[in-house]
Amino acid sequence: MESTVLKIEKFSAFFGENQVLKEVSLSIPQNRITAIMGPSGCGKTTLIRCINRMHELIPDARVSGKIFLDQEDIYATDPIIVRRQIGMVFQKPNPFPMMSIYDNVIAGYNLNGIRLSKVEKDKIVEESLRRAALWEEVKESLHRRGTFLSGGQQQRLCISRALAMGPAVLLLDEPTSALDPKATSHIEELIMQLKDTVSIILVTHNMAQAARVSDFAAFVYLGELVEFGPSGRMFTAPKDKRTEEYLTGKFG
Amino acid sequence: MKDNMKEPSIRRRIICDKVFKIIIILLTFCSILPMLFILFFITSKGIFVINWRFLTQLPKPVGEIGGGISNAIIGTLMLIGIGTAFSVPVGILAGIFLSENRKGKLASLTRLCVETLQGVPSIVIGIIAYIWLVVSMRSFSALSGGVALGLMMLPVIITATEQTLKLIPGSLKEASLALGVSYPRTILKVILPAGVSGIVTGILLSIARVSGETAPLLFTAFGSPFMNLNILKPINSLPLMIFNYATSPYPEWHTLAWGASFVLIILVLGLNFFIKVVTKRWKVQF
Repeated sequence: MESTVLKIEKFSAFFGENQVLKEVSLSIPQNRITAIMGPSGCGKTTLIRCINRMHELIPDARVSGKIFLDQEDIYATDPIIVRRQIGMVFQKPNPFPMMSIYDNVIAGYNLNGIRLSKVEKDKIVEESLRRAALWEEVKESLHRRGTFLSGGQQQRLCISRALAMGPAVLLLDEPTSALDPKATSHIEELIMQLKDTVSIILVTHNMAQAARVSDFAAFVYLGELVEFGPSGRMFTAPKDKRTEEYLTGKFG
Repeated sequence: MKDNMKEPSIRRRIICDKVFKIIIILLTFCSILPMLFILFFITSKGIFVINWRFLTQLPKPVGEIGGGISNAIIGTLMLIGIGTAFSVPVGILAGIFLSENRKGKLASLTRLCVETLQGVPSIVIGIIAYIWLVVSMRSFSALSGGVALGLMMLPVIITATEQTLKLIPGSLKEASLALGVSYPRTILKVILPAGVSGIVTGILLSIARVSGETAPLLFTAFGSPFMNLNILKPINSLPLMIFNYATSPYPEWHTLAWGASFVLIILVLGLNFFIKVVTKRWKVQF
């Protein structure tokens, strides 16, 4: 039995009158990579944005149901606290353009006004960059702007920025959709290394990617969780007909 | 290729292209001609008046030769300082509000007010400052003049801030919020620094715009022949001095007015040059 890090219970999300998620229940296993797949517009991005409450940026968004992180109800906690425990990496790399690589990694602390000594900062920066497999490439240019890096490096910088906060869960929202194949395989390798220290939820509409890296997979269709299970079984013997049709390319 | 060039339709095209290029260059030249003319005229009349004494001495009474414009230079700087101190915080905050709330009643009302304020004639702004401050404090003052200039700077700063912040990609805000940074801190430490070049440009532009304003100062700052550093007393400024001296019947005062015009134009040119530097060097590449 896998231990669970994040438990989603009968979770629905609405934008105005429009119901985007329909009573989704899901247990995300600890220190595993869980892929969330589905065609565009099926609600997979909304689902992970609800996990760190980023959907609240949209004015008429509302939700029902519960999400627990280690027994703690996310919707009864301050979103600021939630987001420090659940890191997020977006589709397009978005390093802070006015900051150096070093400052980007430590941004979570600096922007939150958490004071650290120089030694502590150096340690966090090096550790986070090493975990994101970026240290060797940037250690000579830590004080240059992050925007000088290539797309794949920028995305790894964003991953190390999220890791620096020491999150329990890392949400990756199609992290390679803006990258070339080489940078993509780099990021995929990195994700697989990371699962020892952090639980990962990966949204992707690239089925091959989900098959390559994930331990568990969830298939979301029209706001509904159609199927969830170990990736090995899901990709070889899906239970639901809709999953099978999606995986064989009949729609999506 | 060579044969093609000989074809009449292509030849016509090439000639047409050249003619239009020449027309465009001519028109561009015509549009900058007035500006070159003004610069030349003021420089030729004003530059001979400029010397150390002109910049550092106080004006002399009628009949005495010489005298300077030091009080007007200091006064202009003080008026701009007061206007900036009051309009920059208000303008930036209003600009943030507008860029963060693109819809909504208060936002559209604010936008309407900003546009209206932009169109209010400067003399009317002067009257408003007169009624608000001069009448209630029973004295012409640098403060009232500064507030009048600040009111004129306000719409420029608000619009510049709003437009700059609107162009900052939303992904930057998301990146900050996703790190658990609170909304106010995100605005203050991520959004504002990313837009600093546009905002500073707006501020400098508004200063360049009001530094030559005379009308709002006529019955607020009022003008004074003395050096004054008290913001509650009347104060001189370059445009006021130019207005007073140029409309006087004394030839030596006319000369001083040319000199003051030259100083004012150099100030505005310098500001515009500085704006170019700021936009270039502080530009944040997304």
